[in-house]
Formats: sequence, structure tokens, C-alpha cells
Amino acid sequence: MNVELIYSVATLGLIGSVSAVILYFVAQKFKVIEDPRIDQVQEVLPSANCGGCGFAGCRAFAEALVMQGGEKGNLDGLKCPVGGNDVMAQVAGILGLTVEQQDPVIAVVRCNGSFANSPKKVIFEGATSCVFAHNLFAGEGGCPYGCLGLGDCVKVCNFDAIDIDKATGLPVVNEKCVACGACVTACPRKIIELRPKGKKDRRIFVSCVNQEKGGPAKKNCAVACIGCGKCVKVCAFDAITLLNNLAYIDPLKCRLCRKCAPECPTGAIHELNFPQKKETLATEINKTGSRNEALTEKVSEPAMTPDSKSGNNNGGISNET
Amino acid sequence: MLKTFKTGGVHPPENKITEKQAIKVLPVPAIVYIPFSQHLGAPAKVLVAKGDKVKAGQLIAKGEAFISANIHSSVSGKVQKIDEVIETSGYRKPSVIIEVEGDVWDESIDRSDRISKDIILSQKEIIKRINEMGVVGLGGATFPSHVKLMVPEGKKAELLIINGVECEPYLTSDHRLMLEKGEEILVGTQILMIALGVSKAMIGIENNKPDAIAHLTELAKNFNGIQVHGLKVKYPQGAEKQLIKALVNREVPSGKLPIEVGAVVHNAGTSFAVYEAVQKNKPLFERVVTITGKSVKNPGNFLVRIGTPVSDLIAASGGLPEDTGKIIGGGPMMGKALVSPEVPIVKGTSGILIMNREESGRQELKNCIRCGKCITVCPMGLEPWLLEKLVINENFEKAEAEKIVDCMECGSCHYTCPSKRPLLDYIRFGKGKVLQIIRTRNK
Amino acid sequence: MNLLTVSGSPHVFNDTSVSKIMWGVVIAMIPATLVSFWYFGLGGIIITLSAVIFCVLIEYLVQRYLLKEAPSVKDGSAVITGILLAFNVPSNLPVWELLIGCIVAIAIAKMSFGGLGKNPFNPALIGRVFMLISFPVDMTSWPLPVTNRMVLTDAVTGPTTLGILKEGLANGETVSQISSQLPAYQQMFMGDIGGSLGEVSALALIIGGLFMLYKKIITWHIPVSFMLSVFMFSGILYLTDPEHYIDPVFHLLAGGLMLGAIFMATDMVTSPMTYKGMIIFGTGCGILTVLIRVFGAYPEGVSFAILIMNACVPLINRGFKPKRFGEVVKNG
Ligand code: SF4
Ligand code: SF4
Ligand code: SF4
Ligand code: SF4
Repeated sequence: MNVELIYSVATLGLIGSVSAVILYFVAQKFKVIEDPRIDQVQEVLPSANCGGCGFAGCRAFAEALVMQGGEKGNLDGLKCPVGGNDVMAQVAGILGLTVEQQDPVIAVVRCNGSFANSPKKVIFEGATSCVFAHNLFAGEGGCPYGCLGLGDCVKVCNFDAIDIDKATGLPVVNEKCVACGACVTACPRKIIELRPKGKKDRRIFVSCVNQEKGGPAKKNCAVACIGCGKCVKVCAFDAITLLNNLAYIDPLKCRLCRKCAPECPTGAIHELNFPQKKETLATEINKTGSRNEALTEKVSEPAMTPDSKSGNNNGGISNET
Repeated sequence: MLKTFKTGGVHPPENKITEKQAIKVLPVPAIVYIPFSQHLGAPAKVLVAKGDKVKAGQLIAKGEAFISANIHSSVSGKVQKIDEVIETSGYRKPSVIIEVEGDVWDESIDRSDRISKDIILSQKEIIKRINEMGVVGLGGATFPSHVKLMVPEGKKAELLIINGVECEPYLTSDHRLMLEKGEEILVGTQILMIALGVSKAMIGIENNKPDAIAHLTELAKNFNGIQVHGLKVKYPQGAEKQLIKALVNREVPSGKLPIEVGAVVHNAGTSFAVYEAVQKNKPLFERVVTITGKSVKNPGNFLVRIGTPVSDLIAASGGLPEDTGKIIGGGPMMGKALVSPEVPIVKGTSGILIMNREESGRQELKNCIRCGKCITVCPMGLEPWLLEKLVINENFEKAEAEKIVDCMECGSCHYTCPSKRPLLDYIRFGKGKVLQIIRTRNK
Repeated sequence: MNLLTVSGSPHVFNDTSVSKIMWGVVIAMIPATLVSFWYFGLGGIIITLSAVIFCVLIEYLVQRYLLKEAPSVKDGSAVITGILLAFNVPSNLPVWELLIGCIVAIAIAKMSFGGLGKNPFNPALIGRVFMLISFPVDMTSWPLPVTNRMVLTDAVTGPTTLGILKEGLANGETVSQISSQLPAYQQMFMGDIGGSLGEVSALALIIGGLFMLYKKIITWHIPVSFMLSVFMFSGILYLTDPEHYIDPVFHLLAGGLMLGAIFMATDMVTSPMTYKGMIIFGTGCGILTVLIRVFGAYPEGVSFAILIMNACVPLINRGFKPKRFGEVVKNG
């Protein structure tokens, strides 16, 4: 063994140990004293970092839970939509607090202006962006409130839970939806709403957000809500309100009695995942003659068909980065 | 060497099909739809109700906000109703619908042909009159004219520039107006000069209108302080900042108004409207509109009442051609595609361009080949390819730093791109987002 | 019914397109190609044709079967790569070596980055450098112009002008001693010298360049700044020691300088986008070329110089922004 080797080993060893000592002191000095529960809470959060809670990622939410929860003494108003009640219960356990149970919710697309129901009046060419199209014009179907079908909602969904159905041009939400609400914010027309999932996934809602008067609304779309108020009258639970020519069903008041849907002259009220009502369906079709097929389809089969993932509708212009 | 602006610019085919067509008067339509918001700024407040009788020139909606403009009836008749009517973009806007009965004008309007040259009103009165008569910028931006005439505290106007550039392909309404109403435009210019308190005015006209340049130069000899300048043909020379640069070589700082460099720009058409408003007491309720397009049977320039459905004008030009693919309100570079011919002509409609199906589609999209042509043509010195990329990646902060808000949406970049990138689509989208971000930040 | 189209402005577009530009470049390369056929005969034709066919085929196959996208070979960019690659090799190169060069150029240097428009380096140059490193002997034995054009004889090979110079200088000879072995400038200008297919005739290359300038495919900025900086830099060296450094005209005419400056450095995809940036880019290429030629191990430096500057393009683009309209000039 020669001397050089010994020297080099010794120098390196020395440098190493000096650095270690320095590092140790630095680490001590700059140590951030953090509530260890933040880590514990983060542990149970789903790590989806979707922002559905309103915070910038799961870590930020964990901090908020520990801080705000500590201040307020409860966790009201803080919720992880992805984890749902289970996760929130675990968080509450860690923090020794209570949490209110909330009904699980899901994204609901409130527009049925498919190609068949609201035929194209013009052709759009340009950037594949609902926001851009919204600023440019009323929409191919002519409805200034309806879905533009360019998929801003699809683009923001981190869970592959919403996709444009090529046949109708409308987005369809599937069961992967965790109700993060990203699509709700992305949609320039505020078409998507988070509504309680409902018992056995059964939901009743007005699938229209058009606030025009009956005439103009109907002119653009066969299944628009025309604001006639028939559903309001028939509802025994005061769940339906009519504002700006548009009916809205309050999901918290609605008891899923299904009285309203057959009343609607345009079929704007959708019932999801109910067993088929044989006679009603038949009479209904007779009553309105050429009533669109889309509605009967919706009534008879669940709209959340997982196989409706038919690729991205890129409407002409691809949106590569 | 003819003057022009330096940075960027393109030269699309001019296609001024209608430049030899004298202005014709379009017959008064049977019904008009007059929206309350035909200008930049707050909508006007309605003054009439269903069933009211109105005369042409009667005030029917008042612009109350600082940036707003009065709206007058363009016909005489009965207010059928006040309702929402679709406009260019397909959205509904509150409008007055008037059924036409006869053609009675308000008594105060001087309908004689005599050119009245003596300006009797004072500076204050002129601005007030222009405001009352609802004059807005007729080049397309529809900014209320009287606001532009009120020089802000601490600034000084030195120069009035009259924009007779008409750099948009196809459009000829200003060209015809300058030829047929040259004297009136010059009187209007003088009125504007008094209103601004300046002694110098320059009229900029592109060199593809030699007849207009010659005509106005000749007439201008009788007017003090008005010079006519021919300019090299280059789009977008009609943009305020570019025109100032071309004429007096001053650069309006980014995010500022032309008054910063002592200039105020008004359109030639506006100047005519100002003349009518001040000398003839006539509100702005009709304007010259070019109807043109390669397949149009009888393209021409028409004097049209505001609120006339576009379809009436199309009928007057020989009907909608079979192969129509797109109808544009305005020129092909900055105009808006109409969703239907049933929308009304408004104060800002300088032309109706009908494109056939071949012309109206967009071409196949390729990757950006980084040729840099978009940078070369951008008159604002921006990098459109970069802005597009940033917007697609939603990097709005960076886009703001790259001056996306400076974009004046002239479309030169998209026009030029060999890959046919929809640059302006994305830039517009990003600009909207960035402006929104800036607004929330300033709150 | 006939539906109206709605889209954002503008509604008219000019008639350029990517394929028009690319085919324009191809046309611009025709004179140089013909000259190479004239001097190298059948060998030249075979190399050019096979390079083009390989490149187009590889691009088609990659797009069709690997990337599963619509093939875009019609835009002509693969043809350009093919011709440029052929321009850069000796006419007696074995075809299988050429094939490997084409694969590297198209599949690796172009398609793996996302195809036309996304490749940071000029594909033809990558292919060439790859071949140069893999087959150094075959790639540097340059056939002299042939006498009988219709037969594929074993062409007489010899070193390039730059090779002669480098060798001579390395052996301690002075420039004036070497220059007796060098071809006359007139010969170099017309292309009657040994070398790769395309680097031989400066005249034909300049004609192509003028055509592209006229068609607005390229601007003058890169070629002029490239050549000017080569001229100035080598001129300075020449002035310091004419016995050690050859004169600038030689540098301009020798090797692939014209080819590089006119056809390869000006590739839109891999060059900067603003005029200022282009001038910086061209100057950088020029200085690097002379540095490599004079002080480096290889006699020829154009390819490496351009590739190195290609790598700097994103930086140049970031650093040299166009002048914004109405930008407030900061004082101090
Ligand atoms: S569909 Fe909407 S709410 Fe549901 S996960 Fe996707 S983005 Fe979130
Ligand atoms: S629902 Fe989705 S596709 Fe429809 S307008 Fe809203 S964001 Fe666009
Ligand atoms: S549209 Fe905007 S970015 Fe494009 S050239 Fe005009 S000013 Fe420049
Ligand atoms: S003009 Fe088009 S292809 Fe050229 S750099 Fe701009 S965006 Fe890219």
C-alpha cells in the first residue's frame, strides 16, 4: 500500500466528516417545526392532487385541515371529494374532531342539446376550446346556453371520468367521477353541476340551463326547458323552482317521486337509473309524437355507460402541446 | 418613398371589387332591429315603449355612462316591441324592433344637399353635439367619438389624424365616401380640429386609392392646416398605432392611448358623421356599407339605415349566392363571421363580405415549423407562435410577460403561417384570460 | 341546407404552406444535384436517388406503423433530408451505409422528436455526423470527378482540398508550399474538385440560394452572416500569419461551406426565428467552422458548427426577442 492512497483516503474522510458536522448543525438550525399530524393526515388523503377541495394539492389541504380544524374545532366546510366520507372520518379521527357526513355527489351534465335535438345551424372551425367558442359565438346549435361540445371539461378531468360522446356531441360522465369539480369550473357555460348521487344512483334533474323564453329556446333545441312551470305545480315537495324561464330541481328537497318528468312537455327533465315505467313511457311517446329518441334512451338505460368512451372529439383542430 | 409603418405587416390581395361603384341608397326596410349596444362601453338605456310612434332621428336610447353612446331611430314607424334579438355572434341583445311607416324625419334635421361650411358652434358645444348625435368610430371599433375628443387632464393634443387608409381587403365604403363626400369630410375634419383645439390635421390614405388622394388633396387646398398623405399599401395600416407611426413616426407606448404622443385618430367615415351631426343636426342612423364577395351578383356600396337586416342588403345585391360558405361583417382580416343573415346592420358594420365555400374553410393544420414568419409580420413585435404555445399550455403568467395583451388581433400572423396554425384563436383566448387575471389582481 | 361557417378572424390566408416551402427547397437544390451528377456520374445518381427513397420510405413506415398517424411524406421534408444527406457523402459510399445514415436522420433525429417542426437538430446533419463517426474511412475518401460518367468504375479517390491543407500543415509545410497541390479557385467555384456530392460547386449552390431568397423561403441573414464571419475570422488569421493560415477566399469556397450556409443552416426548424437571432446564429456557425477547420482534428467543420449552433437555438430564441412595438425604452 502506498502513501498516496492513504493520503487520499484520509483527506476524503476528513472532508466527509467536516461536511457532515456542518450539515448537522445547519439542519438543526433551519429545522421547520411542523405539526406531525400534517404528515399523518396527508397519509390518509388520496394523493390525487386534483384540487377538488379548493386547495393547491393534498399537502396544502392537509395543512389546512390541521390548522383550520384546530381553530374552529370542527371540519365543517372542508371536504375531500375524492376520498369522501371515509377519508374525512379518518382525518377526523387523527385530529380528534367530528365531521359531518355528506352525501356523495357526482358531476351532472345539464344539457341535452345533442346533434339530433339541437341540429347544427352553423359550422364552427377554430381552436378546440369551449371558452374560445363561447366568446366567439352562441354555438353550432344556436343555443347561447347550451354545450359547445369542444371538451374543456374533458381536458381538465384528471380521472378520465368525462368524455364527449361522438354520437351526440355532449359530454358523458362515468362512474369514475370523484366529484372534484374541475369540470364545473372549466365549463364557460356552467352546464355541469355537482349533485348528490342519490339512492341507488337515481337522480332527477332538469337537463337544460337555457334562460331564454320558451319560443326562442324551443327554436334552437327540441328538449329545452321552456319555463312553462308545469313541473313546479305537480311537485308535492316544493323542490322545483322557476327562475328566468328555467326550472331547477333542488336535489335536497327532491324525493325522487318521478311525478314531474312526464309532465314536462319537452322532456327536459331526466330520470336516471330508475326502473322503466312501461305504460308511462308508451303514452309519453304517443303524446308527443316524434319526441326524440335520445330521451327515451336516457330513461331506459343509465346514462353512465362506461363504454361511451369513444376517444376525444377534437372538432377539427388538434390540441397538441 | 411613400410612408408606412416599420414593424411587420402583410399585403393580402386587395380585391376591392366595389371601388368604382357609387354609393346607392338602400330603400328603407319594412322592419328594423336596433340593438341598444352598438358601441364599445355600457349599453344605452331605452326611452321608448311598445306601441310608441317614432320618427327617423328620434332618440330612442340614451347612453348614460361615461363611455356609451346615444341610439336613434333610423326609420319612422311604430315600436313593435322591445325584445332580445340575435346579433352577429348569435347571442341575444336587447333591441328595439320598429315597424316602418313612411319615412318621416325629425324636424330638426337639415335634409338639404347644401354643404354648410361655416362652423358656428364652440368647442364645448361641438363635443356635446357629437355626444347627443350618438357618433361612434365607424372604422369598426365603435368607440364613442366624443370620449376621444375629451383630452384627459395633463395631456395635450397636437395633431388630428384622419384615417382614410381602409387597409382591409374588399372594403370600399370609406373610399367611396372620400370620393363622393370629400368636402363634407374635410369640414368634419375641421370640426374635429376645433373640438380638439389643434391646428394641424393629416389625412392618411393608402396608395391604392389614387383618385381619393388626388380629390382630397385638391379640396384640402381650401382648408387651413389639413394635409393629405398617400401611404404605401400595407395591412394593418388602419390600426391607430400603426397609422401614427406611419405618418409622424411616433410610437405609442405599449398599453397607452394615442394621446400619449399627442395624436388623436378618427376614421374618415366618422369625420363625415361628425359633419352631419354638427352641421346638419343629423344623428348617426345610417352609414355606408360595402356588400361584396366574389360570387355576389351586384356588389356595391349602399347607404343603409342602422338596424336593417343584413338579408335586405344581400337581396339588394342580387341575393345570397348558392355557394355561400361564410358571411362576414366587416373585412376578411378582422371581421366577424355572422351566424345568420338575419342579424341587423349596426353602427360598426363597415361591410358585408360573402365568401364562397372554398374560401371559407380553414386549411389543414401542421406542426409549427418555427419559420418565424409570424414574428416577422406581427406589427406589434410579438411572437405569435410562442403565445399560442403558452396559451395551449395554460401558462398565462408567461404569456402576460410576453405582452399578449398588446396583440391588436390584426390576424397577420394567422394569415401568414405556412402551417396554418390558428394563432389568433389561441391568442384571443389567452388575451381574454390574461385580462381577467389582471382585473382580479387589480381588485 | 348549406350551413354557414363561423370562425374567428382572419378569414383569408395567404397561399404558402409547409409543403410549398419544402418543395421550393427541393427545386433550389436541383442545380447542385445536376452538377453533382455531371461530375460524379452514375455513382452520384445512385446515391442521391437511394438517399431520397430511403428517407421517404422510412418516414412513411415510421409514421404509419410506429406512430400510427397519417403519413405526411407528401410535404417534401423527407425529400430534402434525403438530398442533403446525399450531398454530404462521397459518391462511392456503400449503399447500406447510406441506409443507416437515413435511418438515423429520419427515425432518430426527426421522428422521435415528434416529426417536422419539433426536431432540434438538422436531421441530415445528424445522419451525416453519425456516418462520419461510424464509417470514418468510407466517409472521407473522396472520389475525384469521373471522366466516364456512365460506368460505375472504382473512382480515383483523393483527399478534399481541406484535407490536403490540413495534412500539409500538419506535416509542417507552409501554405505557399501546399497551394501548388490545391485546385484553382475557379475550379473550386465551378465544382471541378474532389469532395462530397453537393459540396463541390459553389456556383450551383448560390443559384439555389438566390432562388430561395426570391421565393422568400429563406432570408439573407443566416447565409450572409455565416459567410461573412468565416471570411472575416479567417481573414484575421490570414493577416496574422499568411504562411500558416490560408486566405479567406479559400475558406469560403472549400468544403461544404456554401452548402452549409445556404441549405443547412437556414433550415427553418432548427434556426432562430428573429432576424437578430439569425445573425447571431450565422456568425456563431462561421466562427465555429473556422475554429474547427483551423484548430480542430477534423479538416471540415461546417456540420459540427451548425449542429452546435442548433443546440443553442432555443437560447437564442429566448435571448433575442423581436423589438416590441411601443416598448418603453428603459433609461440607464
Ligand atoms: S367529471 Fe368533473 S367532477 Fe368528475 S372527476 Fe372529472 S372533472 Fe372532477
Ligand atoms: S359541458 Fe364541457 S363540452 Fe360542454 S360547453 Fe361545458 S366545458 Fe364545453
Ligand atoms: S394578431 Fe396579434 S400577434 Fe398576430 S400579428 Fe396581429 S398583433 Fe401580432
Ligand atoms: S408562422 Fe406558423 S409555422 Fe411559422 S413560426 Fe409562426 S406559427 Fe410557426
